[in-house]
Amino acid sequence: MSISVTPWLVLACPLVGMLTIALLGKKLSPRAAGTIGTLAIALAFVFAVLTLVKLQALPHDARVETTSLWNLVNVDGVKIQLGLYVDPLSTFMILVVTGVSTLIHLYSAGYMQTDAGYVRYFAYLNFFVFSMLLLVLAGNLVLLIIGWAFVGAASYMLVSYWYRRDTATAAGLKAFVINVIGDIGLVLGTLFLFKTMGVLDYDQLFAGAQTAFEKDSPELVIAMLLILVGAFAKSAQIPFQTWLPDAMEGPTPVSSLIHAATMVTAGVYLIGRLHVLFEWAPTAAAVGAIVGALTLLIAGSIGLVMTDLKRVIAYSTMSQIGYMIMGVSAAAYVGGFFHMMTHAFFKALLFMAAGSIISAMGGNQSLNNMSGFRKALPFTFVCFLAGGFALSAFPLFSGFFSKDTLLFEVGARGGWYWGLYVAGYIGAAFTVFYTWRMIYRAFWGEPCKEAAVVIESGHAYHPAEHTNPHTGDEDDPSTQEVEDSQVGFPGKEHNFAEKSWQMRYAMIPLAILAVIAGVVQLPFGVTNVLSSFLEPTFADTIVAYEPDNPGLETFGLILSSVIAIVSLACAYWIWVRKPGTSAAIQARLPWLHKLFINKWYFDQFYSTFVVAPVIWIGQWARDSFERVVVDGAFIGGSSSLVKAGSAAVRAIQTGLIRAYAALVIGGLSVVLLYFLVRGL
Amino acid sequence: MSINWYLLVSAIIFSLGAAGVTIRRNPLVILLCLELMLNAGNLALIGFSRMWGDGAGEIFAIVVMVIAACEVAIGLGIIVALYRRRLPVDVDELKDLHG
Amino acid sequence: MTFLFFFIFAGFALAGAAGVVVLRNPFYCVLSLVVHLISLALLFLLLEAQFVAVAQIVVYAGAVMVLYVFVVAYVGGGDKPDQLWSASWRQKALAIGFATLIFIELAIAILGTALSSLGTEGAKLSATYGTPAQIGELLLTDFLLAFELASMLLLVAAIGAVALAGRRGGIAEDEGNLSPRHGAVDTPSPAATGSMAEGVSGYGVTTPLPEPQFEGRELEQPVRAAAEDDR
Repeated sequence: MSISVTPWLVLACPLVGMLTIALLGKKLSPRAAGTIGTLAIALAFVFAVLTLVKLQALPHDARVETTSLWNLVNVDGVKIQLGLYVDPLSTFMILVVTGVSTLIHLYSAGYMQTDAGYVRYFAYLNFFVFSMLLLVLAGNLVLLIIGWAFVGAASYMLVSYWYRRDTATAAGLKAFVINVIGDIGLVLGTLFLFKTMGVLDYDQLFAGAQTAFEKDSPELVIAMLLILVGAFAKSAQIPFQTWLPDAMEGPTPVSSLIHAATMVTAGVYLIGRLHVLFEWAPTAAAVGAIVGALTLLIAGSIGLVMTDLKRVIAYSTMSQIGYMIMGVSAAAYVGGFFHMMTHAFFKALLFMAAGSIISAMGGNQSLNNMSGFRKALPFTFVCFLAGGFALSAFPLFSGFFSKDTLLFEVGARGGWYWGLYVAGYIGAAFTVFYTWRMIYRAFWGEPCKEAAVVIESGHAYHPAEHTNPHTGDEDDPSTQEVEDSQVGFPGKEHNFAEKSWQMRYAMIPLAILAVIAGVVQLPFGVTNVLSSFLEPTFADTIVAYEPDNPGLETFGLILSSVIAIVSLACAYWIWVRKPGTSAAIQARLPWLHKLFINKWYFDQFYSTFVVAPVIWIGQWARDSFERVVVDGAFIGGSSSLVKAGSAAVRAIQTGLIRAYAALVIGGLSVVLLYFLVRGL
Repeated sequence: MSINWYLLVSAIIFSLGAAGVTIRRNPLVILLCLELMLNAGNLALIGFSRMWGDGAGEIFAIVVMVIAACEVAIGLGIIVALYRRRLPVDVDELKDLHG
Repeated sequence: MTFLFFFIFAGFALAGAAGVVVLRNPFYCVLSLVVHLISLALLFLLLEAQFVAVAQIVVYAGAVMVLYVFVVAYVGGGDKPDQLWSASWRQKALAIGFATLIFIELAIAILGTALSSLGTEGAKLSATYGTPAQIGELLLTDFLLAFELASMLLLVAAIGAVALAGRRGGIAEDEGNLSPRHGAVDTPSPAATGSMAEGVSGYGVTTPLPEPQFEGRELEQPVRAAAEDDR
């Protein structure tokens, strides 16, 4: 099985899985659907490993394989193929995507067990994995855009999965609209590139970019800025970030897969893939780095005050992606992708553990109601700790090494990049605080009543009515028009990790990886598995910085450790030792708290300046143009014209024989007249 | 004498028949006026046949007579059927086939 | 001489034609047409078409008009006289206008210079012109197709006439349940046979369905409408 076949097999597995589940859905038992879905992705992972093996067998300088099935477009001047591009970066991505996806599918098999739409869920999830793999393996920008759009569609379908809830459908719509705005940027950027270069295949694009454009020329900068718009929208960076917290309306495994580990990293992948072009347009790269830095600070600050558990983790994701975007825009490729890998592990783990504790709470997601789950959910607690240490970059965990590598490479660029370096460390402090705030509040303290129920009975707490965790409205099927109604609402029974083997077996590998994954790229060159693996892709980088700067590295390591430990101690003091401290701080700085809790007013800004005018224009167009011109003049006019014509014709049919005879004779006289005149 | 005269007579008879068809109400009389028009045509045909000297016009006139006979038979049959159904034998009343 | 005869016969023909159009009593119209037909036959004689003239008298004036007389006697003009001029003045004007227009056009055509070739006496005639022998020969050689088709037409017309005027079997006028008549030309048909008129008027759905009628046989069970628990 050569390397030109395995990537197609990687793509084919989730596609076949999706088609099987979707077409045979009604006939499959839920268990079968879950098994098929999970096995499909597991098989894709096997093929991804095979691709890795085959890739590494190629010589170091030529570790690229382009394979294509057929031409999509082949006309004068435009040639686009259905082609894949296999190189270390894409292999890295497909390994991460398929690996984490397999575990999340396994987790979902346990978590979504009592959901009525189980089969539909797995079909959507497989479709998502297929789209993400397509995006990552694409060999030209057109196929990437196709994968990009599919991923957005899958995200919409999964976020509004519990479609009987209005908040879920609104959130799905918001995610989709913002994603489409990003898509527009991406397509326009691609068009700009195409206009000058005439090709869209990666190898031709990268080879010809430096001759076709001048360095930092306006056309290239504009093209790359537009592409950045796409990346920002997909990766939830400022100013396109408002959809990500709302996307927590979807089921927790969806948040774990799409909104932590894979889809939101698509922007990072895009910048990394097009690094040749970004380096040739330093202005655009600088914009990317600054936006990444801003996002990580703003998102970190919001995460400090959120009370919904999933939203805290969502803002954490936004912040960490900010790190990655900042990194790859600043040409810190190894750091950026290393952090992406470790983030996929620990963030997916954190979401899975959050799903477990939310189940134990009976669907309630509010941190205000959670406390003391240490004894109730020990396994979940350990997983939270593993993920939390990794996220807060505690020394020797995976997140520590990845964040450190990233910030080191950013700082080593020198110049104004020091500002980003500083912002990164401030953000690290925020990270520790919001992570441990979350963990301390949920697990320390006296057990809340739900935890007490779990401790006593071993079952999850069942509320009297199931409510929408965001608005508190009841999930009432009887308000819907359709009788059948458990589809579209979450299932009534809740599974948490201690009870469900699928959930446990999915979380264990991730917990282990969250702890030890840092070993692939230890500082000072102790191990450089990742950098040497990714080196063929990024060998053509033109950014010059010193690779060896042990002073800076040491400084960075020490600074990270200090921040992590000190902040952890402070957090312990604030939330465990002296529980009233956070309320006191809030009382001292109410305006700051208000700014954070309103998410820096982005939602209100968009709603006033973007959404409301568009709605107004739409209504005005409907009332003035559509009703009057289209309905009245065009449709009404043409139909009344036809009616009038037919009424006129109908008037001749009187039924009177004499009238008909008169008409015949009249016609005869006219014909005779004609011949007479002609003959004269 | 020239054929013109015969043709003129034929034209007058034809016009009279046409006027009669549109004026009368009794279907029987309408059929009679129809006969008038056919006969006018016959006269013209015979006149032309005389002009050219071959018998084609006469054959044509005979066939027209046959057709007229058939048409009269059917038309009268219809009128008899109408009468038997006790419907008014008046074209102004028989106007159900209208739009 | 021919001139004189022509004018006499033409005058009678025109008088007959005028009579058909103008006279009120349909019987008088028929008689007037007979006069017209005989005058036409005489005009044919003037044009040397002997056979056609005789055929005209025998067939047309003889057979067809006798048929007409029978029918007029049967149907009659009705009790009230034909309201000849009952059309509105607009219709009269239109009718007379069209007819006059046609006459004028034909006159111009006939008398106009373009057709001056019509002002001839006619070609030299052969001796057999207009004789039955020549007609027969033409019918069976040059115009055989027309002859056969005309025969077929006669056959069809005969069948049609018999079918039209014959008595319709089965239903007489006031017998049994008849479906509602939708218009003047509807024939009586038994009720509840599913005609369009019944469907449109909701017969049997919004109005009660009559009892079905079976000639002779008694049914074992009375027919009833389907009940709700019928499978």
